[in-house]
Amino acid sequence: MAQTEKFVLNMGPQHPSTHGVLQVQVELDGENIIGAKPVMGYLHRGIEKLMESRTYQQCVPFTDRLDYVSAMNNNLGFCMAVEKLAGIEVPERAQYIRTICCELNRIASHHVFIGSLTNDLGSATGMIYAFRDREKILDLFNIICGARMTCHYIRIGGVIADAQDEFIRKTEEFIDYVPQMLDEYDRLFTGNEIFQKRMQGTSVISQEDALRFGMSGPNIRASGIPYDIRKIDKYGVYGDLDFDIPVGRTGDNWDRYMIRIGEIAESAKIIRQCLDRMPDGPFMAKVPKVLKPAKGDVYHRVENTRGELGFYIVSDGTTKPYRVHIHRPSFINLQALDHMCRGMVLADSVTAFATIDPLMGEVDC
Amino acid sequence: MHNGILYLAGQSLKELMLPVIGSELIVNLIMTLICIVILFLLVATSALVFTLGERKVCAWIQVRIGPNRVGPWGLLQSTADMLKLLTKEDIIPHGIDRWLWVLSPILIFIPAAMVYALFPFDDGVIFADVNIGLFLLIAISSQSVLPFLMGGYASNSKYAMLGGMRTVAQMLSYEIPMVIALMGIVMITGSLKMSAIVEAQSEVWFIFLQPIAFFIFLVTALVESNRPPFNMVEGESEIIAGPFTEYTGMRWALFFLAEFANLLSIGILTTTLFLGGWQGPDFLPTQLWFWIKAFLMVIVYQWIGWTFPRTRMDTILSFGWKVLLPLALVNLLLTGFGIYIFRWLL
Repeated sequence: MAQTEKFVLNMGPQHPSTHGVLQVQVELDGENIIGAKPVMGYLHRGIEKLMESRTYQQCVPFTDRLDYVSAMNNNLGFCMAVEKLAGIEVPERAQYIRTICCELNRIASHHVFIGSLTNDLGSATGMIYAFRDREKILDLFNIICGARMTCHYIRIGGVIADAQDEFIRKTEEFIDYVPQMLDEYDRLFTGNEIFQKRMQGTSVISQEDALRFGMSGPNIRASGIPYDIRKIDKYGVYGDLDFDIPVGRTGDNWDRYMIRIGEIAESAKIIRQCLDRMPDGPFMAKVPKVLKPAKGDVYHRVENTRGELGFYIVSDGTTKPYRVHIHRPSFINLQALDHMCRGMVLADSVTAFATIDPLMGEVDC
Repeated sequence: MHNGILYLAGQSLKELMLPVIGSELIVNLIMTLICIVILFLLVATSALVFTLGERKVCAWIQVRIGPNRVGPWGLLQSTADMLKLLTKEDIIPHGIDRWLWVLSPILIFIPAAMVYALFPFDDGVIFADVNIGLFLLIAISSQSVLPFLMGGYASNSKYAMLGGMRTVAQMLSYEIPMVIALMGIVMITGSLKMSAIVEAQSEVWFIFLQPIAFFIFLVTALVESNRPPFNMVEGESEIIAGPFTEYTGMRWALFFLAEFANLLSIGILTTTLFLGGWQGPDFLPTQLWFWIKAFLMVIVYQWIGWTFPRTRMDTILSFGWKVLLPLALVNLLLTGFGIYIFRWLL
C-alpha cells in the first residue's frame, strides 16, 4: 500500500503570487491543503510608533504608506479622526472633493484587485487591462495633486489644493467610460467558463464565520452582511448621497469578485452625484499651524477599500499624538485565509489569497 | 508525380552530386545528413522566431506594443535574449540528483526535435515517411513526459516536484483521448502514413469530416505541449515555474527551446492532420500554403493561451477522463458508422 506524506510548502515571502511580502506556510497532502498559516511582519515599519514622534500634520504621509493602493481613503481616516479630536469644521467643497478622490481611489484599488486576481488565475492579460484603466485614475490624481499613488492630498482641515476644471472635466470623462470598461471586463473574464469554474463555490465564508473573524469591507458583504461604514456612520457627505451596497449571497470567491465589480459601478454613481452637487467655496478650513488638540482620545472609522479602517488617537495636549492605534481591515481579513484554504487544492490558495485582497503595507503597518 | 519546390530542389541536388561522387549510397548518406541539419536548423529557427513572435502576439492581445527596442520592430530581441541567457551564471543547487538534473533539459529537447522528422512539409518532402508515421509520432512525443519528471524529481525543490507530478498526470491522461480522436482519421485514411493522411485530404479536409476529433485534438494538443490555459507545469502563481524552477541560463533556455519547438510542431500537426497539410489552391506554391496554415494555427494556439485563465489541475483531469475520452469514443463510433454508410451508398 502506497503511503503519502504531508509536507509544508513555504509560499513566500519571495513568491510570484504573494503580492507583497507575506509568507504562507501551506500544509499539503498531495495537492490538497490541510492548513495555511500566514506569517507576516516582513513589511513592518512601526508606523504607529513613528507617529508618536511627529506632529499631527506630519503623521498624514504615513497613512499613505498603510494601504498604498488606496492612499486617499487612509488620509481621510486619519484626518477625520484628528478633526474630530480638535473640533475642526471642514468646508463643504472640501468634503465633496474628498469624497470624489476617495471613490476614485476605491475604483483604482479594485482595479488592482481585479488585476492581481486574474494574474493569479494565470491570465496576465486581465492584469494588463485592469492596470490600463487604473492608469487613467492615477493620471487624475496627478492632475489634482501631482502625486499618483501616495498622494498626501487630503490634509487636516480639508484638501491641499482645489479641484481644477481640468480635473473635473477628466473625471467626468472617466465616469462616462466606466460602463464600457465594466463591459469589457465582463467579456474578458466574468463570462469566462474557466474563470467562473475556478471562482464559484470555492473558499466559502459563511455569514457566521465572517462575523466570527471580524471581517469587514467587501469580504463581509460578499457573505451577505450589508456592513458598510459609509451607510452606517454616514460620515462626510455620504449621508446626502444616493448609492447602494452590493451584497453577495454565498460568500465564495465569485461573490467577492462580483462585489468589487458592483462597487466600481456604485463608486462611479457617487462620483457623478458629487460632481453635480459640488458647491463653490474654500477647500481648506482655518487650521492653526501648530495644532494642539485638547487632552482626550478619539476613535474614527471610515470605509476603506478593504473594510473598516479605524484610527484611535490619544492626545496629551501637545502637538504630537500620545498614542495612535490603527484598526487595519487587511490584517483582520487575513485571519480567514486558513479557513478559506482548508479542503481546497493548492491552486485555490492563491485565489483565496487574492480575493481577500490584503495589502501587506496595511497588514504589517 | 511530386512537384513541390523543396522536392525538386532535393532531387536536383541529388542529380548534381551523383556524377561527382559516383556511389548512390554515399549520395543518400549525404542527403540524410543535410536533412538532419535542416531539421535542426528549423527547430532552432522556430525558437528564434517564437521568442519574438510569442511576445509580440501576447502584446497585441494585451493592448501593449511588445519588444521594440532591439533592432527595427524588435527583430533582434531573440538575439539579445540568447546573449543574455548565455552570459547568465550557471547555478547548480545543492542536494540535487546531479545526473538526472543535467540530463533533463537535454532529453526534453530530443523528442521535441525528433517529431519533425515525421512531418510532411511539402509534396514528397518528408524525412521519414514510415508506414506507422502517426503512431511513431505519438510514441516519440509522449517521451517528453519523462524529462519533466526527471527535472522535477532531481531539483530537490517542492515546487519542482509538484510540477513534475502534475506534468505526468496531465500528459498521460490526455494522450488517451488524443490517440482515440486521431483514430478516426486513421480509419478514414486507412493508413498511419503521414503522406497518405495528407493525400487523403485532397478533396475535403478532415476538419470537416472529423469536427469532434478536431476539437479534442485542439484541447489535447494544448495540454500535451503545456500551453496555457493548461500550463499546469509552470503554474507560476502557485508553483513558480514547476520543474524549471531551479534551472538557470542555457539549461533553462533549452526547456524553452523545446517549448517553442513543441508550439510549432502542434501547429504543423494540426495543419497536417486536419487542414490538408501542404495542399491548397494553385495560385500559391504548396510550400507557402503549408507555412501559412501552420503559423495561423500557432497564432490560434497563442490566442487561446493568452486569453484564458489557467485551469485547475483537478478540473483538467476530470475534463480529460469524463468529457474528452467518452467524446473521443463516440467520435470513433460515429466515424465507423459513417464509413459503413458511405461504402453502402457507393
